[in-house]
Amino acid sequence: MSSLERSDVARLAALARIDMTDDDLDRLSGQLSAIVDAVAQVSEVAGQDVPATSHPIPMANVHRADVVIPSLSQQAALSGAPDAEDGRFRVPQILGEEA
Amino acid sequence: MTDWTRKTAAQMVEAMAAGEVTSSELVRAHLDRIAAVDGPETPSAVHAFLHIDADGALATAAAVDADRAAGVELPRLAGVPIAVKDVLVTKGLPTTAGSRILEGWIPPYDSTVASKIRAARMPILGKTNMDEFAMGSSTEHSGYGPTHNPWDLERIPGGSGGGSAASLAAWEAPLAIGSDTGGSIRQPAAVTGTVGVKPTYGGVSRYGAIALASSLDQLGPCARTVLDAAMLHEVMGGHDDMDATSLDEPVPACVDAAREGASGDLTGVRVGVITELGGSNDSGEGYQAGVKQRFEESLDAMRAAGAEIVEVSCPSFVYALAAYYLILPSEASSNLAKFDSVRFGMRVEKATIEKTMGATRAAGFGDEVKRRIILGTYALSAGYYDAYYGSAQKVRTLIQRDFAAAFEKADVLVSPTAPTTPFKLGERIDDPLAMYLNDVATIPANLAGIPGMSLPSGVAPEDGLPVGFQILAPAHEDARLYRVGAALESLLAARWGGNLIAQAPELEVSK
Repeated sequence: MSSLERSDVARLAALARIDMTDDDLDRLSGQLSAIVDAVAQVSEVAGQDVPATSHPIPMANVHRADVVIPSLSQQAALSGAPDAEDGRFRVPQILGEEA
Repeated sequence: MTDWTRKTAAQMVEAMAAGEVTSSELVRAHLDRIAAVDGPETPSAVHAFLHIDADGALATAAAVDADRAAGVELPRLAGVPIAVKDVLVTKGLPTTAGSRILEGWIPPYDSTVASKIRAARMPILGKTNMDEFAMGSSTEHSGYGPTHNPWDLERIPGGSGGGSAASLAAWEAPLAIGSDTGGSIRQPAAVTGTVGVKPTYGGVSRYGAIALASSLDQLGPCARTVLDAAMLHEVMGGHDDMDATSLDEPVPACVDAAREGASGDLTGVRVGVITELGGSNDSGEGYQAGVKQRFEESLDAMRAAGAEIVEVSCPSFVYALAAYYLILPSEASSNLAKFDSVRFGMRVEKATIEKTMGATRAAGFGDEVKRRIILGTYALSAGYYDAYYGSAQKVRTLIQRDFAAAFEKADVLVSPTAPTTPFKLGERIDDPLAMYLNDVATIPANLAGIPGMSLPSGVAPEDGLPVGFQILAPAHEDARLYRVGAALESLLAARWGGNLIAQAPELEVSK
């Protein structure tokens, strides 16, 4: 498996919604490449017939009683928002600006 | 005049009950100490705290004192001050998880553990510094500057919970809350000469703990003695309907176990040294001579107290670090998607929401967080998922099998907590892989979900800095850590004439 190229880091950063300058890409792509090379060691066990563990202590169908419990008021829920209007979270334009 | 900051939590409990001191006096003594040695990041400050809540702590203390005077029955730790890692959401108190992206956020609700601390009537002194979103082993990745190790202010206090551990070692608090995803309670305890415990996964509710990697994260107690940690563990633990991974079983009897262990008798206890972590076939890379020496001395002390020392091999541990640095970033990349400039935290406003998110996350996250989010996004992407994330999950199974086999031969497993004593601030900041190696001995417990403790094992002769001794027990057997840990603590204290932390050099007090 090849290590991470600068262009890969740029694409992944876009997917993860983190803007990156050329300096960021220069700095991070070398480090990430070294990390990927180191962790690629796990693929040595890829062929083994071993079940995957996603959770350390297995549990299934965890429910709590279906009762109403006190919850945040609308005002409290909005209290940390960068912007709010009419009891809702306010955000910049959602659809593309080119249209 | 008694310096109450030098007492253990257990001694404070007794002194309050005997009328020798009030909670208000305890809180004031600790606030004075914080004012003397802490503060914004400078070379001469510990900088364990990001936020101090003097008014809140004094109000809680005054109410406890009034109730005690009126003869009201109080919880065991009522009135004992505590420091809380900034990863825990605390209603009305700023909560940042060490990130600039949450600067100024005042949560509208309490985490379950914060509620339990309040119900236990413990004054919260403030919120402690940490690596951003708990990603790190040195607190150097905090968005607010590093914490300095009270043993030597030029050195790291460990991480991510360096603030909590340093607050204990600097006598700023007798107890603190930590969180441990790959060693963030145990490694800071090791390098500050304090005690830290990662409970069994699910033993403490994670509700309201800002998530790093949900299948690895566990909150736990930080203290200066095993008994103090046990008392805090029992306050924090227990089932919670608000956390679907919370264990539905009674809180382990940690305090009884710690008291029983304090006799120092280890007759019949089988102690397993892990071949791959400090045992005979350890590759030896990075284990400092003084760390190994103190580890061997602790084993000798246990053997002399009746323990049977055996060696056990966990061959899959060679993959643990690699598996961890795939699973953690994968889960973190998903968990940190919530910091999107909509519901809380920073917003860097651009023309569209998508551009706003990109600009906000670029400005709000530090380099280590960016590295791990990108690594996780990569590991989960099509074409790589099976080879990376899938294999890492198989490693997890292999590690659980290794532990299961090892616990057939031993009641507890032991290793040095960290390969070295604390290194200098700045030494590894540009080398992420070197930083990750700090966690080589602590990570397997998180991958397997089992409980682990670090307690002081002495100071390394070559540098005079503290060394940690790690004890691991099977899942649900947290009490065993306290039983064995308290025994080793008392055996070593008898040798040293007191706890190791008493050997820490005095900090220069500026005022």
